[in-house]
This record gives sequence, C-alpha cells and structure tokens, in this order.
Amino acid sequence: MSSRDRILGRIRRAVADGAPDPAVPRDYFQVHGTRTPAQTADLLAANLAEYRAKVHRVDEDGLAPLLMRLLAARGAQTVLVPPALPPYWLSAADPTRIHDRAVSTAGELDRVDSVVTGCALAIAETGTIVLDGGPEQGRRRITLVPDHHICVVRVPGQVVDSVPQALRRLDPTRPLTWISGPSATSDIELDRVEGVHGPRTLEVVLLTGPAE
Amino acid sequence: MTGTFVGMPSFPAFPAFPEAAREAVGDGVLRANLRHATHTIRDKRARAVAELADWDRLRAAGKAVKDHTLRHLDRYLLQLEESVTAAGGTVHWAADADEANRIVTGLVLATGHREVVKVKSMATQEIGLNEALEAAGIAAYETDLAELIVQLGHDRPSHILVPAIHRNRAEIREIFAAEMGRWGRPAPDGLGDDPRELAEAARLHLREKFLRAKVAVSGANFMVAETGTMVVFESEGNGRMCLTLPETLISVVGIEKVVPTFRDLEIFLQTLPRSSTAERMNPYTTMWTGLGPSRGADGDGPSAFHLVLLDNGRTDTLADEVGRQALRCIRCSACLNVCPVYERAGGHAYGSVYPGPIGAILSPQLRGTGSEIDASLPYASTLCGACYEVCPVAIDIPEVLVHLRERVAQGGPVTREGVRVRIRPAHGHTAERAAMRAARLLLDRPAALRAGERLLARARRLRPRRLPGPGRAWTDARDLPELPPEPFRDWWARERGGRA
Repeated sequence: MSSRDRILGRIRRAVADGAPDPAVPRDYFQVHGTRTPAQTADLLAANLAEYRAKVHRVDEDGLAPLLMRLLAARGAQTVLVPPALPPYWLSAADPTRIHDRAVSTAGELDRVDSVVTGCALAIAETGTIVLDGGPEQGRRRITLVPDHHICVVRVPGQVVDSVPQALRRLDPTRPLTWISGPSATSDIELDRVEGVHGPRTLEVVLLTGPAE
Repeated sequence: MTGTFVGMPSFPAFPAFPEAAREAVGDGVLRANLRHATHTIRDKRARAVAELADWDRLRAAGKAVKDHTLRHLDRYLLQLEESVTAAGGTVHWAADADEANRIVTGLVLATGHREVVKVKSMATQEIGLNEALEAAGIAAYETDLAELIVQLGHDRPSHILVPAIHRNRAEIREIFAAEMGRWGRPAPDGLGDDPRELAEAARLHLREKFLRAKVAVSGANFMVAETGTMVVFESEGNGRMCLTLPETLISVVGIEKVVPTFRDLEIFLQTLPRSSTAERMNPYTTMWTGLGPSRGADGDGPSAFHLVLLDNGRTDTLADEVGRQALRCIRCSACLNVCPVYERAGGHAYGSVYPGPIGAILSPQLRGTGSEIDASLPYASTLCGACYEVCPVAIDIPEVLVHLRERVAQGGPVTREGVRVRIRPAHGHTAERAAMRAARLLLDRPAALRAGERLLARARRLRPRRLPGPGRAWTDARDLPELPPEPFRDWWARERGGRA
C-alpha cells in the first residue's frame, strides 16, 4: 500500500466517529470602520510609517522630480526597472537603468543600488503593499535583492481598506509578495531591528492625480 | 549539549519534564532572558488584538475552518494534490519522519547539489531533517536569524517563533564571533552586541549562501486546497530569498496545514501576525502556486517545486476525539508567551521542538506517551487557562491536558500508526493509584479515619519536611503541609456540636 493510501485510510477511519462538521461563520468584519478615500490613504500612510517605511505623497506632475530626488539622495548609480514601468516615472532620474531580464543572476542584481516598481494593491488597515509580478512590478527577485526599494501606489485606485478586500482582488495563481515595512527581525531579545535580508530601506510613494 | 541538533525521533531519550525544568529554573540568566522576552511580547500582543473589534468572530471562524477541514481532510488533501500538480508541482506523501527524510534527501541528491538553504520550519525540525541530510553528505544552512543562532551555537530551539529566545545579546555575540568563520564568512572583527550590529553580521554571513544556493527547503504556514497556493509568513526576507532564488524548492508540510479556499486566508492573515509577533502584519508574506502561470520559464521563482505532505502522528492525533483539536494549531506561539510554566522552565525542558502549552498536548499525541518525557508533559501545566484565552483558533489546551493526564494515569484506547490499541497506565502512576485505593478504604470507615486523624494531630511535632518512600516525589516540589492541632471534625463537634 502506498503512503498516500495509508494516510488517506487513516484519516477516514479517524473521522468515522461522525465528528461535528461546523459551518464557518463569516460574520467577522469585511472592513474595520468607515472611512472616506482620503482617510483610507491617511491610514495607509500612518501604518506604513509606523513600520518604518518612508512615505511620500505626490501628484502626477511631481512624480518624476520626486523619484529623481529620492534616487539622488540615496546616491544610486544604477536602478532596476520592471518591463512595463511607465517611462515618464524615471524621465528625470540620472541613474543607469538596468532592465529586469530572466538571464540576470542574483549576483548581478546584488550590485544594483535601487529598484523602482508599481504594485498590485495596498492595504490601509495593515500598512501592506502587495506585488503580483505584473509588468509594472517585475519578477519577485528584483524587489528582494537590492537594498533600496521605491514602490509607487496609485491613490485611490490601488488602495483597499482591509485584508478581506485585498484577497478578493488578487489572483492566487500569480506569485504574491506581501510587504509590510522593510525587512525586520525581532530575534534578539525581541527588540525590533529593521533590515536583514530584504531591502533595508522601503520608500512608498502615494501617487494622486487623474487616472491615466 | 552535543553539536548535533536532536530531532523529534530521538527526543524520548530526554528526561521527564520535572527534572529538566528543575535545572532551568535554577539558571538565573535563562530566567531573566525568558521573562524579558515573554513579557515584552505578551503586552504588545494584547494591544494588537484589541485593535480588531471582531477578534472573537475571527477566532471562531478560524476554529471552524480548521475543524471543518480536519473533518474532511482526505477530500481536501486530494484536492490540494490535484491543484499543485496542475500548477506544475510534484506531490509526495510521507507517513512518518523516516519516509519524509528519505524523500527529501533523494530529491536533493537528484539535483546534483550538496548544500541547501532552509527557511525556518517546525515540520523539518520535527523530523530531524538536518541530521538526515548531513548523514547523506548534504549541508543544510538555517537562514532565519534565530535558527542561525541556534545552529551556530550547537543548541536546540526553545521557542516556536523565536527559537533563540533563551539567549541574550552578549551570548549571541560570543556565538557569532566564535562560530561564523567555520561555516562561511566570519563575523567582522570587533563585533559588538548591539542587535543592529548582530543582524548586520548575519546579513553578510548569509548573503553569500543565498546568492549561490540552488536548492531550498521550506515548510508552509498554509496550503490552499482550491488553488494549490502555498503561504509562508516571515519577517527578515530570508524566506523570500529561499523561496525565489534557488532552482529547486522542496516544501515539507504537515497535512493539517491545508485550508479549503483562498478566501479562508483572510482570517489567518489577520489573526496569525497579531498573535505571534504582535504586529498588524508581518513584514513579508510569500504566496506561490506550483510554478506559477509561466511554469518558471521566465526565471521568476524555482523551476522545480516539490511538496512533501507529512503525517508523522497527525492521523493518530486526528483519531482522538478530544485531542484532535491540537491539529488546529497555526504555530503562533501566543500560548508560550503567557504560560507561567514556560516562562520559568524555558523551552528545552519540554524535550520537543514544540514547547510550551501547545507542545505539552501536541508532543504526547504525535509521539505517544510511551517515554518518560511524553508521559510527563500533560502535567507540565498549572491549568490556569491563559493559553486557551490567547489561542487564535480556540484550542482548549487545559481540556486536552486533563484528557491526556487521564490517558497517562488510567491507560485506555489510542490509535498508534493507524492501529487502535489499548495502552496500560504509565509507569510511576502505580503508587498514586495505590494511595487512592488506600484513601477510599479509610474514607469508607469513619471510625478508623477519626482515630487516624487524632493520632496524626498528636504527633504533629514529629512531622517530617519530606515524605519517605513513594510519597517522596510529591514532596520533591512541595513542602508537606502543617497539621492542625486537632481534627476539623473534633473542632466542629466541640464548637458547634449542640446546634444544627
């Protein structure tokens, strides 16, 4: 008998006592509180900042100059660019653009200073941005290996209030990366230290303005 | 402590909880480290939970999802197998630790590589995977900071979430300075004990391993039957490194980690981080479904994915009508942080990778109560109930503890490796049962009881501090109570004798 059959057989015998089969109560909240879109954006900004992400707010016109300033302040010489990042985002920036390609090795990515991406959505109640590998975000590894990640969130279009709302908008077949603040550890005396293996600096740009 | 980590199969060699705990309680540094850490986290957790007005509803929903899944575990595992396979993954089934270790070792050897990077995983610790890999000539590197501290320190984990909770910064500095160079990049000269500096040393040490790794081993917090999606919660980014950079990813996951639908994650994404690290959300969560839509062709993530479904005592636990609720556990470790016994005894005393209250009910069920340590674990509790209060899936740990105590003391029917057997009372409970029989004899004979009481009251000055013979174990941990000058019934007859 295969282990598969053995395990399945054991399970069937184990629950043959007719254990109760509870219905799942779904009366928990779909969202905690009521907010205007502006209040939701404020909550997102506050929760991101509490977990040590640097938050910037800008409109369409100000985006390219802001990204230029952030990269310059960092001294970034090279910046990773996902395949479909809108070209105007980096139109004012000086650093050399490195395009995300399947052949680039982890070692090559490690030598890049910064990465700029969009996101799939952001969750206000938890201060989370979610990436799904879409064309404005690129592969999972490009937001992981470089030490500096700038993520642009369109407000209000890409912002949801809560975790349940977020799951309804995400496609589970895509690789999903949920990011709440920069890399952190609490393993030494439970003191929180930001920055271990993932990017030690996370900057989130809340982009307001007319939809494209 | 030897250099090898002792996996679950070897644990029955551990001393019973009271002996192990006595040593820990006498260690002042250990108690200070534990007290600082558990009190820090329990206060933070209470604040994080209080933010959600629907916490009790989320808790009830999480409990119900898990109970429903366990009730139909066969169906959901088959659905999961189908989903993972359809998404380009390969599913393996392992009835016990040996089989799981054989499968993983074989898969790693087949890649031609001889080193693996590991994401912190309770399941792989439970089966002693690192030792099995080492025996096959494969080096396994733990990449979670706390696991790295434990591995470099030739130590054992003592907490589910923060395995190095028993070490303070000075001890960690010593370990890094002495050991890092033997495994790879040495710690920088003049390393201090600031957590920031220590984390930086770990970053540099592990980075070279991440960037060259071809094979990774992980567990998973959840598996979604409907979609085949695997979920890993973490903080440092070591998980993301292992889950995305290597070519081959092998995940070893207990069969109880499955949930029916993608939507079910909305419950646990809210309750797990707040219960474990006391955060609204942990810094990183990775979800992947097989090899993804492009089947790894664009180099986004591994090009081979293997899922090893692990039983190793879980189906036996499922067969116990009271004890099966332990399988709801989502390994948040909230119960450890509130437990007065864990806080003083530390994790090592539990002789298992699952310490604390949840360990006290999980280990004796997964392994059986045949060994000294496993027979003693149901007694490693004051039954104060704090663990039940904080549990995000409402496991009634005290109820299971009492159930297991009865099993240990009385024996009875249990399922071992799928077979229904009747176990005998554990050794050491014979004296207790003899004492109870003697008590019944005496209580049935009021005259004899009265004579005995008077005799004892008169001899009260001769009361020893400790009992001789079989009663000694009881007074090992307690002082013998003082005897009153006269029996209560004599006092009653004298004071109130004339009245109703």
